[in-house]
Amino acid sequence: MDVSFAITGKGYVILAADTTAAHSIIKVKLDEDKIKALGPHLLMAYSGEPGDTVQFAEYIERNIRLYQIRNTYALRPSSAASWIRRVLADSLRSRKPYAVNLLLGGYDTNTHTPHLYWVDYLGTLVEVPFAAHGYGSYFALSLLDRYHDPEAPLEEGLATLKRCIDEVSKRLVVAPGNYKVKVVDKDGVREVEL
Amino acid sequence: MSIMEYNGGSVIAMVGKDCVAIASDLRLGVQSLSISSNFQKIFPVTDRVFVGLPGLASDVTTLHEQFRYRVNMYTIKEEREIEPETFAQLVSSTLYERRFGPYFIEPVIAGMQKTPSGSLKPFIAATDLIGCLNFAKDFVVAGTASSKLFGVAEGLWEPDLEAEDLFETISQTLLNAVDRDAFSGWGAVVHLMCFFEGSTHPLAQPRRSSTNRIASPVAP
Repeated sequence: MDVSFAITGKGYVILAADTTAAHSIIKVKLDEDKIKALGPHLLMAYSGEPGDTVQFAEYIERNIRLYQIRNTYALRPSSAASWIRRVLADSLRSRKPYAVNLLLGGYDTNTHTPHLYWVDYLGTLVEVPFAAHGYGSYFALSLLDRYHDPEAPLEEGLATLKRCIDEVSKRLVVAPGNYKVKVVDKDGVREVEL
Repeated sequence: MSIMEYNGGSVIAMVGKDCVAIASDLRLGVQSLSISSNFQKIFPVTDRVFVGLPGLASDVTTLHEQFRYRVNMYTIKEEREIEPETFAQLVSSTLYERRFGPYFIEPVIAGMQKTPSGSLKPFIAATDLIGCLNFAKDFVVAGTASSKLFGVAEGLWEPDLEAEDLFETISQTLLNAVDRDAFSGWGAVVHLMCFFEGSTHPLAQPRRSSTNRIASPVAP
C-alpha cells in the first residue's frame, strides 16, 4: 500500500513517500521515514515487503558509505544506480529475493545535472523525468504527463508534487495521510515541508 | 501472464543490398502501465555489430553488461574485434549456460560480416531465450509484437533493397506492427549499416553506421 513519487526539475530532484507503516489492515506507525540519504547528493525512497525494505536499504546505505570512506569521494548517481540494480538483479535469482522497489534521486556534481532512476524488485533500472511506485502511480503518472516541466523551478516542482498527493488523497480508497518530502540539488539533500 | 511479455518491447532486423538494419521500439512498461518512453533495447557491440535485446527489462541490462564484458575479454585476448557470426555464437552459448533457469530475452543480432575477399556482407541472426540460433537471409523478429512484425515484414520486404529503401521498409514494418501491439511502441529507433564498394580503404573505412529516431516518444 506504499505510495511514493519523484520528479526532476531545473537542477533538483524531489522525492516523496508516505509515512505509514502498516501491518495487514492496521496502521502501526504514522511517521516512518522511507527515504534514506545514501550520500551527500543521493536519495533513495524504498517500498515493498515490510522487513525486506529496511534490511535492503540499510545494506545499500552502508555499502555506499563504505565506498565513500575507501575512495574519499562518493559514487555518482548513475554508478550508484547501476550497483544497486545489480544487487537486486542478483537477489532475484537467489533463494530469497528482496521484494523492494526504489526511486533513486541524485545530483551529479561533476556534470551539474539531476538524475532520477526508477528501479523495481526485478532489477529493472530506467532513468525517467518523473516516477512513482505503488497504487499512487496510476494517478500520478497521468497527472505528471500533463503537468511535469523539466525546467520548472523548485517552487513549481513542489506545487506539481502537491497536485499528485491531492489527487491520490481524493481518488484512492486506501490513500495514506502523511508524506515526507526530500529534495536533492547542488547544495545536497534536505527535507522540505509541503 | 508471461514473463516474456511483462515489460513489452519489440526488435526487428533486415538484410538489404550491402547493408543491414536493426530497429526497436522504446517502451518500457509494467504490464499495461507505461513507465518509460526512452528505454533502449539495441546496443552497439563493435563498429559493425548491433544486438537487440527484447524481453524482461532486468535481463536486458544484465545481458547487455554480460555481453560487454565477454566482448571486451575477446577483444583483448584475440587483439581484434569480434565478427558478427562469432558474436552470435557467443550470445547463443551465454544463453544456453542458463538452460534450466534462463534469461528472459530473445536476442537479435545484426552486423556486417567480413568475407575472405575483404569486403563486407550483411549478417542477421536471432535466438530464442535458451540460445537456439536462427540465421535468416531476409529478416528476423522478436518481442511482444513479433507475430505482427512477421506479417508486415513478409508483405513489405524484398531482396536487394538499397540502404534508403531498406530504411523505409524496416521503419514502416516496425511502426505498423507496434501500432497493433499494446505492449510495444512509444517511439522507435533504427540503426543502419552500409558497405560502400567505392571506398579506397575497404577495411579502414568500409562502413557507416547511422542511427535514426523515426518516431519521438509521446511528449510528457
